[in-house]
Amino acid sequence: MKLRHRQREALTGLSFIGIWIIGFLVLTCYPLIRTLMFSFSDVRITADGIKTEYVGWQNYNEALFLDVQFGDILVNYMLETMLIVPVIVVFALIVALLLNVSLRGRGVFRTIYFLPVIITSGPVVKQLMDQGATTLPGIQDVLEASRLQEQFPGVLADLITFLLSSFITILWFSGVQMLIFLAGLQKLDSSLYEAASIDGASKWESFWKLTLPLLNPMIVVNIVYTVIMQSIFALNPVIEYIQDAMYDPALGMGNSAAMAWLYFVAMLLMLAVFVFLVRQRERTR
Amino acid sequence: MKWITSASYKLFVYFLLSLIGFVYLYPLFYMVTYSFMNTQDLIDPLVSWIPSQWYTNNFVRAAAVMDFYNTLWQNMLVSFAPAAIQTAAAALIGYGFARFRIPGKPILFALVLATFIIPPQITMIPQFLMFRDLGLIGSVFSYLIPAAFGQGLKSGLFILIFYQFFRMIPKALEEAAQIDGAGPYKIFAFICVPTAVPAFIISFLFSMVWYWNETTLAALYLGDQLTTLPLELQKFATTYQRLYPVDPNSQTGRSLNEAINMAGTFLNIIPLLIVYFFTQRWFVESIERSGITGE
Repeated sequence: MKLRHRQREALTGLSFIGIWIIGFLVLTCYPLIRTLMFSFSDVRITADGIKTEYVGWQNYNEALFLDVQFGDILVNYMLETMLIVPVIVVFALIVALLLNVSLRGRGVFRTIYFLPVIITSGPVVKQLMDQGATTLPGIQDVLEASRLQEQFPGVLADLITFLLSSFITILWFSGVQMLIFLAGLQKLDSSLYEAASIDGASKWESFWKLTLPLLNPMIVVNIVYTVIMQSIFALNPVIEYIQDAMYDPALGMGNSAAMAWLYFVAMLLMLAVFVFLVRQRERTR
Repeated sequence: MKWITSASYKLFVYFLLSLIGFVYLYPLFYMVTYSFMNTQDLIDPLVSWIPSQWYTNNFVRAAAVMDFYNTLWQNMLVSFAPAAIQTAAAALIGYGFARFRIPGKPILFALVLATFIIPPQITMIPQFLMFRDLGLIGSVFSYLIPAAFGQGLKSGLFILIFYQFFRMIPKALEEAAQIDGAGPYKIFAFICVPTAVPAFIISFLFSMVWYWNETTLAALYLGDQLTTLPLELQKFATTYQRLYPVDPNSQTGRSLNEAINMAGTFLNIIPLLIVYFFTQRWFVESIERSGITGE
């Protein structure tokens, strides 16, 4: 009787999540495996269907070593992300701390800071960037005056130029993270801070010793979220490159499938590095 | 004395918040003022922020280039419909995970979260081929089908929101209904769904915005039959040149300039700004309400 009840519950549950299981298998799992198979094949779309021929690691070899651009773009994307993610997360934390101060009208500020999440689409950001509207005029002048290209090695100079010239739109990606931090801050127990201040801790100390460790789970969530958002944003050069390659008849879809997998692995690698770093910090405390 | 330090502290925070707010909105200020400038204003070094007159012809041109009204309707179709379906599917799935003991549930739920990490780019080629074989390319169904099966844009996130939400509803409520003889589907439809209205609104709004702004999948799945405002903005310059070819004999500013570009960008985000104006409370309170940060 007991067992039957459990079985019935499982069946009812499956009737709710069944659509997800089917969808996952057909629309996510199968395409994922198919992309993997494509990446080891020469894929041609002909009049009578798709022709695939197994070619081993050739597509990967092509993407990583023979293609002059892809490797550079991928490395650059990883460097950019490693640079941008801390900037966004720290900025989100600072703004959340400011918004957590009980002030009149902070709702208005919260609304302003969240606005970019609503309007940010690839073409909009691109238009604003092309117009030079994504950085403050002063910063642009500094950029030109400092002649970065001459003072730093190429890659680094490019990175700094990129960071400064699209400075504002980078900050635009911090809306959700800011709200996550804010929700976390509002849940912190105020008695902990009272106890700390009785023990003689300054505000500064209690931020480092209390707030930050307690926010650690949110830091991890925000890092993961930021890496993903950066990686799937339409202006990401890797995505643009893969997309162009898809339509390139000379390369075929096998090549772009290999690049898509490489890029997915690169993203997972970065996530692993970030999470590892945060965990490490947790342990040394 | 303490009063003064506290007041100056608050003033300082206000100052910082306003400064960051200004920097944050700077691209938008820039966009708005430039979109109203005529050709003279653009080249006049004395006019940097406030146009000499509010010149609206840029908007007329930009709207013509993007075929604004038609595109707007199509954009609404390809964002509202998938958002509604995705929300409904996420509610069902989230409820299933929150309430029932299902063998292998932890693994399945981990996979739900994993779908959030998998970039759409990696599944889109086979998906595209699949939809092409089914003849769905260029129809809104290429968006609706993944949404209905919980595999739409960021579906994993919405399933998580509903999962958290339904777990917060006291079980006693459902048990009472059960004793009154209501089956699980009735309980879901008449007891749980009404209490989860905030989750529905949050999920619908975010889905809508993300589908609205999507361009990578849109370019692939919607083909030539459907278009969206961001897609039209993407090919703005090309369309403009086709629509208003440069006439070598005239000097009267037929060519594309910054002002028209900015007017196009502005037109692109106006619908979203209107939506945000009325619903901003749901957006900014979404994280607290959905309890997604965990308890």
